[in-house]
Amino acid sequence: MGSEMSTTSILDIQNLSVDIPTDSSTLHAVRGISLELNRGETLGIVGESGSGKSMTALALMNLLPPAAKRSAGCISFEGSDLTHATEQELASKIRGQRIGMIFQEPMTSLNPVYSIGRQLKETMTLHRKVSESEAEKRAIYLLEKVGLPDPASRLKQYPHELSGGQRQRVMIAMALMNEPELLIADEPTTALDVTIQAQILHLLRELQQEFGMSMILITHDLGVVSRAADHIAVMYAGDIVETGRTAEVLEDPRHPYTQGLLECVPGYRGTSQQRLGAIPGIVPAMTGTISGCAFASRCPRAADICKTDTPPTKALQQGRYFVCHEPNIQTPENTANTAREAANQTPEDSALKKGEPILTVDGVSCTFMVRRGLFGKRKPLQAMDNVSLTLNKGEVLALVGESGCGKSTLTRTIMGLQKPDSGSVTLNGRRIENLPPMERARMIQPIFQDPYSSLNPRKTIGEIITKPLAVHRIGSRQEQHAQARRIMELVGLPTRVFNSYPDQLSGGQRQRAAIGRALIMNPEVVICDEPTSALDVSVQAQILNLLLDLRDEMDLTYLFVTHNLSVVQHMADRVAVMYLGEIVECGDRDQVMTDPKHPYTHALMDSALSISPGETVPDPGLAGDFPNPMNRPSGCPFHPRCPLADQQCREQAPGPELIDNTLVQCWKAKTSGSQLKS
Amino acid sequence: MMTTDQTMNKSGLTATDATQEENNLGLSPTMAALKRARSHYGLKIGLGILLVMAIFALFAPWLAPHDPYMQNLPLRMLPPVWVEGGSWEYLLGTDHLGRDYLSRIIYGARISMTIGIGAATIGMIIGVTLGLIAGYYGGWLDQAVNFLVTCQLAVPSLLLIMALVFVIGQSITVVIFVIGATHWVFYLVVTRSATLRLRELDFVAAAQAMGCSKFQIAVKEVLPNLVNQIMVIFTLEVAVAILNEATLSFLGLGIPSPIPSWGLMIAEGKQAMFFQPWLVILPGISLFILVIAINLLGDGVRDVTVTNRRN
Repeated sequence: MGSEMSTTSILDIQNLSVDIPTDSSTLHAVRGISLELNRGETLGIVGESGSGKSMTALALMNLLPPAAKRSAGCISFEGSDLTHATEQELASKIRGQRIGMIFQEPMTSLNPVYSIGRQLKETMTLHRKVSESEAEKRAIYLLEKVGLPDPASRLKQYPHELSGGQRQRVMIAMALMNEPELLIADEPTTALDVTIQAQILHLLRELQQEFGMSMILITHDLGVVSRAADHIAVMYAGDIVETGRTAEVLEDPRHPYTQGLLECVPGYRGTSQQRLGAIPGIVPAMTGTISGCAFASRCPRAADICKTDTPPTKALQQGRYFVCHEPNIQTPENTANTAREAANQTPEDSALKKGEPILTVDGVSCTFMVRRGLFGKRKPLQAMDNVSLTLNKGEVLALVGESGCGKSTLTRTIMGLQKPDSGSVTLNGRRIENLPPMERARMIQPIFQDPYSSLNPRKTIGEIITKPLAVHRIGSRQEQHAQARRIMELVGLPTRVFNSYPDQLSGGQRQRAAIGRALIMNPEVVICDEPTSALDVSVQAQILNLLLDLRDEMDLTYLFVTHNLSVVQHMADRVAVMYLGEIVECGDRDQVMTDPKHPYTHALMDSALSISPGETVPDPGLAGDFPNPMNRPSGCPFHPRCPLADQQCREQAPGPELIDNTLVQCWKAKTSGSQLKS
Repeated sequence: MMTTDQTMNKSGLTATDATQEENNLGLSPTMAALKRARSHYGLKIGLGILLVMAIFALFAPWLAPHDPYMQNLPLRMLPPVWVEGGSWEYLLGTDHLGRDYLSRIIYGARISMTIGIGAATIGMIIGVTLGLIAGYYGGWLDQAVNFLVTCQLAVPSLLLIMALVFVIGQSITVVIFVIGATHWVFYLVVTRSATLRLRELDFVAAAQAMGCSKFQIAVKEVLPNLVNQIMVIFTLEVAVAILNEATLSFLGLGIPSPIPSWGLMIAEGKQAMFFQPWLVILPGISLFILVIAINLLGDGVRDVTVTNRRN
């Protein structure tokens, strides 16, 4: 413990373990990991859910669930030993004082009954002897720093008056109140929209440099970590399998798990609509005694030795090591090649199959009357304003937009579940409202975002998948079951789960069941509403592969609602961008993604975080937050956030205009490209 | 077929897995529930007690040692056999009119079980139906149902019951219906709020997209998710209904007097509680055992029908 050491390294963890006793055995949530964090640097911890990332962070501050047992050789933070600190010392001197923490869910991590000013000040007065006015001064200073306009008046606001992005900014300000030396951010942007995510990450980076903080960034998003972290630690089943400088790990991954994770990310290698590499299975629960490598069951290169012997730690250089037997060394290029070969076997000529329009949305508007309180006046909320879309047979049309932009209302209208005020939806030449339920169900089916709420927990998987047939009394019971089994095979669901309940399945399996239910009627159009955003990246890759395979096999047409632009890049033929109930840009994928015409599309593309180590988090250059749809701005709805807005934009709403085969709604569309780049 | 195989391989299923699993669907839901039921002690005990009680109630004329209506004034207020002065002739002693207490408890099981379970079931049917309608359809139907609840809560239910019994007449059927018709508010409130939450979930939207009617969704998708909560209220309401019947009987509006019921026995025994406490304790224990058995059964049914184990 020399004084030289503590100047470079702020946190040194040796051999940290977390065990959680269960009824039958012990769950090893974290298994003897060692980590080091240098002053002023960011360490990114990546891994799938269940890999022990959050447990590690909680163990640092001893905030583990009561049943969990922590054991550590040493956790030394700036020379003080956290392993032997009492609960009182941790609470009064460390937590919130020298180590700040930001959680994933901004909606629930602020107390709704206190004003944010009170909550901010409390964090400071609790730990330090400061006057109320000093704390207030600091709170205003920090709220300004995190980019909240008019900070002094914000102090009196309550959490429900702020949007998700604003709340996360408040959380960051709160974590910074006591000038912590270390900030732990546990998935700080996962619940936020892409443009907000970029803003928040950008802000964190700026603040970190300004205050000279160190940071631990826990995330499952490799794009985020590639831009925001200096060092990276890949966790799998409670152990760090590979670590090193971000660029080194991401450019030359050595552990098969790291390689697999990277292959799963759409757009990492190769271009669109190829099969993604996928890691089969899910993270195993580490119970009982473990022999061999925890990844062996999912590893494509596993040899016998992996199942029996604990893999050795192989150091490449100072601070860069991985834990693997390396049974037969295969460079990442080779795995990429096999993925590519597989891709070549699936027909890629999707352009040939593009046929006539199968679904036409023509000038659809929809306004809800929302009443605040019992005697409040009804106010209009315009969810959709003159939306027109065409979906051609066999294509994948991606619908992109932030939460609150009217995507869900549009999909509900397309499925005939929401009656529009004006305009029409035509499916196969027939108005959707004139279709009897059974015919409609045979033509169009949805897949939802959250496989935990889209399957009825009281029904077995078999009942769920056969339900559409049962509702419309198609076939006998035996025929329905046989059909369900065929579909289960098609979506890659083992038939043994036929009589299982949804809570016995993993997230990926549940989503497969939901896909099976949607496909059993053999529909022509499938509405995929963020089908992978609730899933881990390796499972996302499996599902995206499956969806593309099924499209070819069953001749499907997808409307793919998503906010993940790398998924758009991977899946879509065409892209439609939605903002405040309007389609602001719609055209070919490559055209829209590489040469966006609308400033909003431009900002969206800028916010997309592809894996590119070394590059910084871009600032999307958008002013303010997503507006409340109850108070639509006049003129062009995007003008308050638009860097190019002028008098005309504020007063007149632009109409749709066709430029280079792309439909754009913007006064500046013709000149925006050059103006925004400069 | 090529692509299917590939899907299977990529998704982590090897070909051998697929063939092995070909005919192995796992147990059907009913079979699995029965299998779990066999190893669930609470369920077995609850069901056992209820069965024994039902047998006693059904075969009361053969099982009761005496005529429950036979008054024998010289032998009134005999204590049970284990208390000094008790006799083997009257195992649980006699009441203030010298009727055999054991026989009265056995006969009382008939009335009390019928009224308790019957009234709770009627309340459940009314409350759950209205709750589903209010929660799922919403709008003016919801407001109408809420108005009904307010009325029900505003009028003193005992007064209402008395008025109804007085108008319709006095019989077991009337008592069951009247108690049931005044005890549905708990069911309604719970069903309505749970339905409000459930109808926003995606599986309801999926059912709509399938072309299910609102009625089908409410009954087949939403209702199965409410079984737990309804079960809990049911076990509470059985006890409440039995005690309500006692109150009515005590006021002379429930079961016509010589017919034995546990509630009435407690009411009658109250006068002599200090010196002959068994008059209250014995029917009280019977009631307690009945409610416990229903509780155990309810919990058991919940455990057996729902699985929370991941595979």
